[in-house]
Amino acid sequence: MNAHDGAGSHARFIGRDWTKVDGAAKARGEARYADDLALPRMLYGKLLRSSVAHGIIKRVDVGPALRLPGVHAVITAADFAPVRFGIMPSSQDEEPLCKERVRYVGDPVAAVAAADEETAERACNAIEVEYEPLPAIMSIDEALAETTARIQDYGDGPLPNVHKNVALEFGDLERAFSQADHVREDLFFFQGNTHLPMEQHSAVARYEPDRRITLWSSTQTPHYVHRALAKVLGMPMDRIRVIATPVGGGFGGKSDPFSHEICAVRLAQLTGRPVKITLTREEVFLAHRGRHPALMWLRTGVRRDGTITGSQIRVLLDGGAYGSYGIATTYYTGALQTTTYKIPAYKVESGRLWTNKPPCGPKRGHGTPQPRFALEAQLDKLAEDLGIDPVTLRLKNLTEPFTRTVNHLRITSNGLRECLEGVAEASEFRRKWRHLPFGQGVGIAVSSYLCGAGLPIYWNDLPHSAAQMRADRGGVTLQCGAIDIGQGSDSVLAGVAAEVLGLNPDEIKLVTADTDLTPVDLGSYSSRVTFMAGNAAFEAASKLCDFLLTAVSRHLEVSRALLVMGDHRIYDRENPECGVSFAEAVTLAEAQFGTLVTAGGYKPPALAGPFKGSGVGVSPAYSFSACVAQVSVDPGIGAVRVERIWIAHDIGRCINRTLVLGQVEGGVYMALGEVLMEEQVFRKNLHKIPSMLEYKSPTFLEMPPVETILVETHDPEGPFGAKEVGQGPLLPVIPAVANAVYDAIGVRFDEIPITPDKVIAALERKAGDRPVRVGPKQFPSFEFRAAIKVDPPDGWERPWWTPTGADAAGYAEASRAIQPPPRAPRPAAGRSEPRGRPQMR
Amino acid sequence: MLRLPAFEYLAPRTLEEAARMLAEAGAAALPVAGGTDLFPNMKRRQMEPRVLVGLRGVAEMTQLSGSAAQGWRLGAGITLARLAAHPELRQSYPAVALAAESVATPTLRNMGTVGGNLCVDTRCNYYNQSYEWRRAIGFCMKRDGDICLVAPSSPRCWAVSSCDTAPALMALGASVRLVSAREERVIALRELYRDDGIDYLALKPGEILSEIMLPPADGWRSTYRKLRRRGSFDFPILGVAVALRIGADAIVEQARVCLAAAASHPLEAVKAAEMLAGKKLQPDVIAAVANEIFRVAKPVDNSDLTLSYRKRMARVLVERALRDLAEAAASGRNGQAPGA
Repeated sequence: MNAHDGAGSHARFIGRDWTKVDGAAKARGEARYADDLALPRMLYGKLLRSSVAHGIIKRVDVGPALRLPGVHAVITAADFAPVRFGIMPSSQDEEPLCKERVRYVGDPVAAVAAADEETAERACNAIEVEYEPLPAIMSIDEALAETTARIQDYGDGPLPNVHKNVALEFGDLERAFSQADHVREDLFFFQGNTHLPMEQHSAVARYEPDRRITLWSSTQTPHYVHRALAKVLGMPMDRIRVIATPVGGGFGGKSDPFSHEICAVRLAQLTGRPVKITLTREEVFLAHRGRHPALMWLRTGVRRDGTITGSQIRVLLDGGAYGSYGIATTYYTGALQTTTYKIPAYKVESGRLWTNKPPCGPKRGHGTPQPRFALEAQLDKLAEDLGIDPVTLRLKNLTEPFTRTVNHLRITSNGLRECLEGVAEASEFRRKWRHLPFGQGVGIAVSSYLCGAGLPIYWNDLPHSAAQMRADRGGVTLQCGAIDIGQGSDSVLAGVAAEVLGLNPDEIKLVTADTDLTPVDLGSYSSRVTFMAGNAAFEAASKLCDFLLTAVSRHLEVSRALLVMGDHRIYDRENPECGVSFAEAVTLAEAQFGTLVTAGGYKPPALAGPFKGSGVGVSPAYSFSACVAQVSVDPGIGAVRVERIWIAHDIGRCINRTLVLGQVEGGVYMALGEVLMEEQVFRKNLHKIPSMLEYKSPTFLEMPPVETILVETHDPEGPFGAKEVGQGPLLPVIPAVANAVYDAIGVRFDEIPITPDKVIAALERKAGDRPVRVGPKQFPSFEFRAAIKVDPPDGWERPWWTPTGADAAGYAEASRAIQPPPRAPRPAAGRSEPRGRPQMR
Repeated sequence: MLRLPAFEYLAPRTLEEAARMLAEAGAAALPVAGGTDLFPNMKRRQMEPRVLVGLRGVAEMTQLSGSAAQGWRLGAGITLARLAAHPELRQSYPAVALAAESVATPTLRNMGTVGGNLCVDTRCNYYNQSYEWRRAIGFCMKRDGDICLVAPSSPRCWAVSSCDTAPALMALGASVRLVSAREERVIALRELYRDDGIDYLALKPGEILSEIMLPPADGWRSTYRKLRRRGSFDFPILGVAVALRIGADAIVEQARVCLAAAASHPLEAVKAAEMLAGKKLQPDVIAAVANEIFRVAKPVDNSDLTLSYRKRMARVLVERALRDLAEAAASGRNGQAPGA
């Protein structure tokens, strides 16, 4: 694969701005989302959801609904085998429809299929359900106070409503704190919030003439939906076809298999007609799987010069009524604190509790925004305590490229220093900090995120992503299981393939996320698609390239080594006149080798450490971000206005610069909603504000100018050196804003959102210059499990590879020395400049 | 998605025809103009009229005429976007334009009418919810139930008047024409409202609000300040409209202060207005008036943010509105663009 140098300055697309391949169709309204599908004889389905937060189902009478004209089927739990499902193998706790017990207002109890939506709605209201109410548990405190009644029949204990209880300790914590000159303990609360995608979840099921099932669904994870359907319906996977439709926003909210998908299929089986179920906006709030409310206690020790000696976090998560991704969340709430700062000793204790609320799950940043908020806010306080500015304090502690962390995470490329220095300089942070007039302030924070989970959700040894490529008729078709959820993964696949083959991205025909037609990709979650599916597409395209070059070499009688994959053309480097068009090359290769089909796959190296729980947090690479927020606070009405955001992101390498900037700005936008407005809150056991009008999320009038600095570090294992951007840039914005509010008005917000009523109440408490704090007052007593003590990896703080002068083989060798990988990491192109220069937008 | 209940839609071409249709259909009918409030409410089954009399085709309700010297006649069917953009109204009756342009979103203002906004249903976050939600929590007295969920021991409904244009028009002394098949009458706008979350309009059966009359501008300066979470979309958490006539010696000759979202009706703060009359807009006067507004604003816990915050903000908003007008008067302008 030396025939093209797409990674370098001659790249035709990589690193540049080009049109999103699905952009025009979406802008024109031509993209076919799940709810746009209308099949002949299609029925409309709807779920009847529980009206009580916790109760025993005493009686369900579907008779009145069945008797309504236009109603074709009504199903309950009795129409399913007693098989539970769920995204994580060890929390299979969901039923398509509740059989004996409901656990939150909105838990599905029955489903109908009718000739139209109006009839379906009437039929749902006609179903009679009698509940025996049980006491509802609606908060962390209530979950801890309950000593007998259980929401779920399983959990880690010691209390009945503890789902997960984990504790890990790395290095010598006691020694670390004894070496500190200063130790801080702070409490934080991060309110729950939801994804708010523009598109409501929607699914259409069809019972095929051969008794197979097809499901079209607005899902981020067609492969996991496929598995859940097979399990619940008791059918082999090859009898079921799942097609993910273009997703109008996911952000983690469409990553679980859902009741409405399974019910649509069951109703289609029973009626023999296609059935569509589209959730209402209110139901999207109830389906949820959003950010866990998190109560946190954080203790960090520093030397006088600001060097961190150790850190310890305790977290209680309000998980809602079901497991969802909660096991992973519990581990994530702590796993990535160490990737930004050298923390020599680290302990995390985390518990997830059952409550009678819609289940929480993964939302952009999955479990890491909460502890990141706590850590960055606490560092701001430590800087003040020590009399060091917050940039200097952070610079003192940053992790370095190609090192490891105390909790056994392998860092590869790392542009965190460039990110931090970049935003500090661009924003003139040091000139402004503590020098702006009352009511104005700046704050800074950094963060890091995964480029794909290092392990799949269920144990298997297969590739995490695979792509197939076929070339004939002068063109190229790329098939991959990945689904574009708006983040631009179709463009990434097309861009990678186009760069390798000398074509344009819009010439790559894409077939994606169709379980009959595409090899498995695990899904659009954990920021994995660019890295993993991108690598799979790169490999498939490279193999195709090999066939083409071999055939052209023979045809032109030019040595393969001299051939160049150019713009739609393969030619002799020394005699550019001598060449063939891409289409001719395809014909030559097909004639020589037969049907041209290649495949590529990606599986991360084996990175997990030698302890239980080490599977969460490992990733083949990490992105890094830094943010400065400038705010103004109106002390009369308490409104916080974000005036400007400077954000730097280590992207490794842009596949498409426009899309990278879009993801950065989208992350900023979502973070501003979380820090200033959004609250998934309940009153009298119900979601208080399940509408886009009353669940406050910013409009674009609240969106400040965003100055983005892209740092390109050319990750050795990413496709063309690329890393993730879908989730990371959200993370530093939240603490940066909270720190800026403190700089502006002297009020420490140790909880979010920072709403105007809280600001006014705090300012009224504030007398003179004495700072005021808003946040939780105490951490409840809770018996965390005894920590698993783990020694840090040997020499973890030293680089395991030095980029300068090293070649690919040297890198591979060094990487292998960390953990024996099952196969050698495939060196990717794009290693020409291991550390890039910051690039200003 | 949420679906509308079935209804019959009538499309009269004249006001007379509309009034007749409304009378014939009786209690089962409602008039509808832009529908931006009514249709979402119907989807949530907050109301299920069997007949809707659509006013969009009634050309005489979209007339707009007058002058600052003679006053204006505004057809109730004028869109909020048109009202907000009218240069002469912006000049002479700034509070009205400021209020109109603060309603909802640009798209909704292109559909929504000033008459519709004056009649907008009172709001409560126990009431503006889907049928399923309301059934789960237990229906309230405003629809399908018999208690108030905000104040369970209360004999009345505390839903909030959430209309931006009413306080502005009231402060400027507007009156409205009401037309039914039987009669036509003109009443002061303040007479249109009742302090009752359910029966919040003093309309007789079959009456259509057809026109709004603004008196001559006659030296009145006005402004409207709206408090809400976001710069668009949101109903008011609180609104303050102030209209003042200020003499050459900077003394307030006449004043009107009206609040949005502080009660079940647009609240006219009569005592605050009296406190302003005969005074200069000095800081102590402004502070005293703000205290009076703080006293009369009595929000309950049924909309965005805490009620203690909303009550406190009444003081801040009226101070800001009065300062706006003091500055405007000093520089010879009329009202000022709202900051909050």
